Amino acid sequence: MTLRPDLKLIAAMVPEGARVLDLGCGDGALLAWLAEHRGVRGYGIEIDEDQITRCIARGVSVLERDIDEGLSDFPTDGFDVVVMAETLQAVRKPGTVLEHMLRIAPRSIVTFPNFGHWRCRLELASAGRMPIARHLPHAWHDTPNIHLCTFADFEALCAERSLTIYDRKVVNANYQSTWAMNHWPNLFGTIAVYGLSRPGA
Amino acid sequence: MAQAAPSDQHSVGLVTAESADFSGPFPLASGESLPAYTLVYECYGALNADRSNALLICHALSGHHHAAGYYDLEDPKPGWWDTAIGPGKAIDTNRFFVVALNNLGGCHGSTGPTSTNPATGRPYGPDFPTVTVPDWVNAQAALADRLGIERWAAVVGGSLGGMQALQWALSYPDRVGATVAIASTPRLSAQNIAFNEIARQAITADPDFREGRYLEAGVVPTAGLRLARMLGHVTYQSDDGLREKFGRAVRTGDLDILQDVQFQVESYLQYQGKSFSRRFDANTYLLMTRALDYFDPARAFGDDLVATFAAMKAKLLFISFTTDWRFPSARSREMALAALRAGREVSYVDVDAAQGHDAFLLPVPRYLEVLGTYLRGLELRP
Repeated sequence: MTLRPDLKLIAAMVPEGARVLDLGCGDGALLAWLAEHRGVRGYGIEIDEDQITRCIARGVSVLERDIDEGLSDFPTDGFDVVVMAETLQAVRKPGTVLEHMLRIAPRSIVTFPNFGHWRCRLELASAGRMPIARHLPHAWHDTPNIHLCTFADFEALCAERSLTIYDRKVVNANYQSTWAMNHWPNLFGTIAVYGLSRPGA
Repeated sequence: MAQAAPSDQHSVGLVTAESADFSGPFPLASGESLPAYTLVYECYGALNADRSNALLICHALSGHHHAAGYYDLEDPKPGWWDTAIGPGKAIDTNRFFVVALNNLGGCHGSTGPTSTNPATGRPYGPDFPTVTVPDWVNAQAALADRLGIERWAAVVGGSLGGMQALQWALSYPDRVGATVAIASTPRLSAQNIAFNEIARQAITADPDFREGRYLEAGVVPTAGLRLARMLGHVTYQSDDGLREKFGRAVRTGDLDILQDVQFQVESYLQYQGKSFSRRFDANTYLLMTRALDYFDPARAFGDDLVATFAAMKAKLLFISFTTDWRFPSARSREMALAALRAGREVSYVDVDAAQGHDAFLLPVPRYLEVLGTYLRGLELRP
């Protein structure tokens, strides 16, 4: 089983044998891969019916629920890592979700698309229209992405909530890293994978 | 045994009930015991060579051992869970050896209040001892032993049947591969118990109840049973479901002159009550609702549901229905989270369905797809 490139980046950050909670786990590909290759015991949270069935078909533990209904009933330190791939921008209260993630586990891995990419900036500046790009394929009125942000915005939120960024990988839509995005990530990076830990950690 | 009817390749076809006699004494949770008992059951599919494909169906309040197929070619209705059980269906009899039984205290052939009490030579009636979900599971284990089944690949049930599936994983952790609890709950709410009590009062207040000795008097408390069933039936349906099915449609009479008006929903409930009162025993109804009320596995674990699931080994699947207000989604969700906290392999699906609690018996596509997908993915090991 080959893993989607973005999930590969996440998988590389998950320690062997970790207990993992995957918020917005999709078809369960990451959890299935981690179980097989890393001895990880994982649970997925998903809201899409067809994706849930795919999780069940591949033997991934999945609970149907809406992240926006809250995570307060998940136990503090119940997991080693909480993962949220390409989901942060779709939740109602990203800041609250991030805080819960770092309550549930000491480490979180978060990925999201960069609204500060130069193409987005150019489209907004020149055409005056909300950008549509490979990593942002939806029209403004028909998108699950209600909280788009830039890498700089996200890092400002982390600073405001005293969340520690212990790792960051910035890649393009092909999940590759280039010289330019290493120097100007918020301008040239399309997707970032952040490793977060608790305040002071 | 099951010869498929030519018209339907997904039916288990013609089936026959079997029975197994057990010599007692069979100890019960109440401290009493049964001197001997009989269980009636049906089997669908074939047990494989290493006996790893057995699947137990546990029935709910008014269910029994006839879960699938037909008794003869003129039989108008198949078993109560025929939508789910059969070749190629969610509970696939091409893969699983499916066993369904009538629980102890039932009124469809297994020893119960209508059976003869060997001590008196008369029907047990109200003297039939209190039985609990753990008692049922112990009796089911005795049947499993008789059938040569050491371990169930899965124990599956809806509502009260789901409670038995959970109890199996608790009472016999090494004998269950997977537990599937559909539209179930870890305990009844005060409201649930209240509805059960009203149903019981309806039965015991019927003059024909004769303190439970109606069989000896040659009467049946049909009025009480009818009421109990009508009340229960309303709690199995959703507001939306009843609205969709009947709305305010009038069956007879004239709303303009307000004479002899009967709404469709009234006549439907009366029909349900009437047909139920003909086929169900009043003492069994009392006993089954009591078993529901008493079910509370977490009680032995200091009301800690996480500790309860930690004592199990089986993997678990919970399915709930969005409009079920008898055992609402929140109860299944609570169990799923407790199982997760206990480190069990667990999945939970909340199916959008308009039919309320009864949805677990109905052909709701997503529900049957999830159930089938889950069971197909189970590894069969002896």
